[in-house]
Amino acid sequence: MSSDRRRPGNGAAPPVTSPNGDTPLPRPGDPPITPDLVDDHGISPDEYDQILRIMGREPTFTELGVFSAMWSEHCGYKNSKRLLRLLPTEAPWVIQGPGENAGVIDVGGGWALAFKIESHNHPSAVEPYQGAATGIGGILRDVFTMGARPVATLNSLHFGDLDSPRVRYLFSGVVKGIGDYGNCVGIPSTGGEVYFDRGYEDNPIVNAMCLGLMRREDLIRGTAEGVGNTLMAVGARTGRDGIHGATFASEELSEGDDEASRPQVQVGDPFTEKLLLEASLELIASGHIVGIQDMGAAGLTSSGAEMAGRSGTGVVMDTARVPVREQGMTPYEILLSESQERMLVVAEAGREDGVREILEKWELEAETIGHVTETGTFRVLEDGVAVADIPALPLTEGCPTYERPGEESPEIGNLRKTDVLHYMLPPNGLESAFLAVVGSPNTSSKQWVYEQYDTSVRANSIERPGGDAGVIRVPGTNRGVAATTDCNGRHTYLNPRTGAMGAVAEAARNVACTGAVPMAITNCLNFGSPLKPHIRHQFREAVMGMRDACAYLETPVTGGNVSFYNETDGQAVYPTPVIGMVGVIDDVGNVVRHAFRDPGDAILLLGTNRGELGGSEYLYAVHDVVAGEPPAVDLHAERSLQRCLLAMAGRRMLKSAHDVASGGLAATLVESCLGRPRTGRAVGASIRLEDELPDTALLFGEDHGRVIVSCGPDEEENVRRMTSDHGVPCTRIGTVTGEESPLEINTRSAALRLALGALRDRYFGTIPGIMSEAG
Amino acid sequence: MNVAVVTFPGSNCDQDCHRSVELAGGSPQYVWHRETTLGGAEAVIVPGGFAHGDYLRPGAIARFSPIMDAIIDFAREGGLVVGICNGFQVLCEAGLLPGALLRNRSLRFQSHDCWLRVERAGTPYTREYREGQVIRMPLSHADGNYYADAGTLAELEAEGRVVFRYCDARGDVTPEANPNGSLNHVAGIMNRRGNVLGMMPHPDRAIEEVLGSVDGLPLFESLVGTEVTAAARSEVA
Repeated sequence: MSSDRRRPGNGAAPPVTSPNGDTPLPRPGDPPITPDLVDDHGISPDEYDQILRIMGREPTFTELGVFSAMWSEHCGYKNSKRLLRLLPTEAPWVIQGPGENAGVIDVGGGWALAFKIESHNHPSAVEPYQGAATGIGGILRDVFTMGARPVATLNSLHFGDLDSPRVRYLFSGVVKGIGDYGNCVGIPSTGGEVYFDRGYEDNPIVNAMCLGLMRREDLIRGTAEGVGNTLMAVGARTGRDGIHGATFASEELSEGDDEASRPQVQVGDPFTEKLLLEASLELIASGHIVGIQDMGAAGLTSSGAEMAGRSGTGVVMDTARVPVREQGMTPYEILLSESQERMLVVAEAGREDGVREILEKWELEAETIGHVTETGTFRVLEDGVAVADIPALPLTEGCPTYERPGEESPEIGNLRKTDVLHYMLPPNGLESAFLAVVGSPNTSSKQWVYEQYDTSVRANSIERPGGDAGVIRVPGTNRGVAATTDCNGRHTYLNPRTGAMGAVAEAARNVACTGAVPMAITNCLNFGSPLKPHIRHQFREAVMGMRDACAYLETPVTGGNVSFYNETDGQAVYPTPVIGMVGVIDDVGNVVRHAFRDPGDAILLLGTNRGELGGSEYLYAVHDVVAGEPPAVDLHAERSLQRCLLAMAGRRMLKSAHDVASGGLAATLVESCLGRPRTGRAVGASIRLEDELPDTALLFGEDHGRVIVSCGPDEEENVRRMTSDHGVPCTRIGTVTGEESPLEINTRSAALRLALGALRDRYFGTIPGIMSEAG
Repeated sequence: MNVAVVTFPGSNCDQDCHRSVELAGGSPQYVWHRETTLGGAEAVIVPGGFAHGDYLRPGAIARFSPIMDAIIDFAREGGLVVGICNGFQVLCEAGLLPGALLRNRSLRFQSHDCWLRVERAGTPYTREYREGQVIRMPLSHADGNYYADAGTLAELEAEGRVVFRYCDARGDVTPEANPNGSLNHVAGIMNRRGNVLGMMPHPDRAIEEVLGSVDGLPLFESLVGTEVTAAARSEVA
């Protein structure tokens, strides 16, 4: 405790000023600024020259640390910014596009939806439990600092193969970390995705997304407006954890990093987060404050500088006034700490006591640390002595950006050219391949994961995990918001442009399957090192694919996150541009589920079977191969299909709708028959597929633009008419049969009869089996 | 009926309980944990969540919140008190209900629907159910594994104080239908006097068709419809 540093209890803090003049001088004990020290801070000689130009003098050690964080890849987006400008970001319903803590769209009825996705890959690779937990904490804060109450979280997780003990350790730690944090704060998890592929062996991808709802007028931004207004540090105290986390997230990992990197990983406290959430929403409603921002990556530095940068103002703060939990912290440490559950708040001058009162109710601290100035600089004092003074705008916006040419690795070109016809014959027959595909860790149920997350708290979960997209009701209304995350890393590995386009198309299709209109995306772009030409090629291609799909499907990008350097010892992850798509449905009573319901219902396929096996789960699970051209995306067909689904959902014509994706028709049919676990009910189906395609291509092809729907027999004609009106191919492929009847599939050359019990064992049993046997 | 819904720092089902009481026709009011009176409430709900972060162990710190003395006095006078999930844990820690909730057998947090058999109809909480009725609602906890010593457990059974028991969709009490390892499949119990109920599953999340189940609503309807007067309280006593 540093009670000696706290103001006397009368509420009036003395003004933050520096009696020693304006120019910061090195503190006693600061290391001299040498080329090596600059290099250690991840700043190139050219970038350092630019810093000298901005400053007009040599920076102090503290200032160098500030630049290092703000100009890191994580905060400065230096290798991505130019390309990201190509993405569509506007639509009439977009209230807040990229550049804020979270994007915001209008969802009707006076409600706005804030949403964002962010990565916590690097910390999770080193300490999976805390890494993932603090990822959830950070994304919740990004949403509630907009004034929105978090209502749902989703996670996109990619791990190596589960036969590795280290991968199982990472997997179980990440899932437990996400669960323990989100459950305690009381935010339901409504979905996401989990992939396993050796492309993620050493570098897991841990992306967390959050949705929050607010009345439109409650929107607040991360700005430092109003010269003379007061800067307050709110929430948890500042410690030495996570110093330089932003810079750490901008480097490759190497063997042996686990132990050495631990101090850069933050530790989360979900209980404090819950209090901070309630206190922040109360603060925003009180009108005491004009701006609020999470002290996330690069902590006090980025929150202070960004709030000033956005408003064109300046800030001055005194690190001696920041509540700390360790003695002897230097300004450098206080500015760069990434201790969790902290906020920087700009209070209206004179209303500081009101802020403090609300925080005290929630058993949290609020301390005046400085104020808004007109100087345009990010100025830091230590007990009145200047230690940093940097022009705010060049610090936040002046980070040098690069767009260096890229080039595809010839290895990938060769993989893509592989003729998948070589793999048409499953070595142990079709039925064995069928069970291998539906029972592979990728295709099989993620029940083991999502049952560790609270999915029903707050009693608004209309569609819980396990379907195509999660749906949450807007409290007190019939309106709902849908959300999903998608990225098939194998597809983006083989062809980043097609793969990214496919991720957007699939995400939109998933949302449309539930009956919700796809509205906008947030993205999390997980790649290797941008210093390598082939990674730059992947990144550029993925952005182009995303641009085309988002523009065509009218789902603009409202923000997101770039995570580079997902590499260990030179081995990069698959390029993984995760799409977090949100949608809106006017009446949650119209939500369409993925499971077949009543015997006698007609089963129809919307879209066309093309038998595209490139990058498929079949090739991976049965032949241990990642090769071929990934499935093509026809954006026009996608849009027609989605519009058709929405029209049918609005008229309540469908009993079920389920997207065809990883694992092909085989996986979709099994999932529609089995439905959800623990409902005590599953139905069979009798299916006939007439396509002239090899059986493996027909059953396991992952062609885009397909959805399997079911409807009552008397609705079939209406469905046909509706699909024909929308120009969507529609084929009757079968009938729902009785409870516990088998799934029968007949093609031109094969007949499969699969008992639901065996399918259930495979589909629900795979991951629990692996995790309990292996421990 | 005026129903107090207690909010601790870390409660996160207070709003769900509030809404459940409203839907059942009652008048809910939030009571902050630092209050020392219940403001004339005729029944009390201690909701789910992570009161005080569940530090030390679930309910252990909440038991010392200022409002708890008022709740304990209210219960001793025969007032209706129901604890759901974390609320059940709090009531056990406060000594209003016997036994304890241990870590789930799986050692993991579990969140999924479960089936319950109504073992005892006609209580202030179950008047709107049939005895033997099989109902479905979500559960969501890491520490829901009910434990009591053999003597207490025998007493609970003999006195018909096991109100809800985990079962399968047909109502059979099979080993597979026990989600967390609770002794005798106990999902909810009452005190001897019959005015305090604790249960791990969430009736407050099964109150509307669109949420997948309405099986929790009768519990709140029973509660709200129970005539409570000072005389009735002393009668119970």
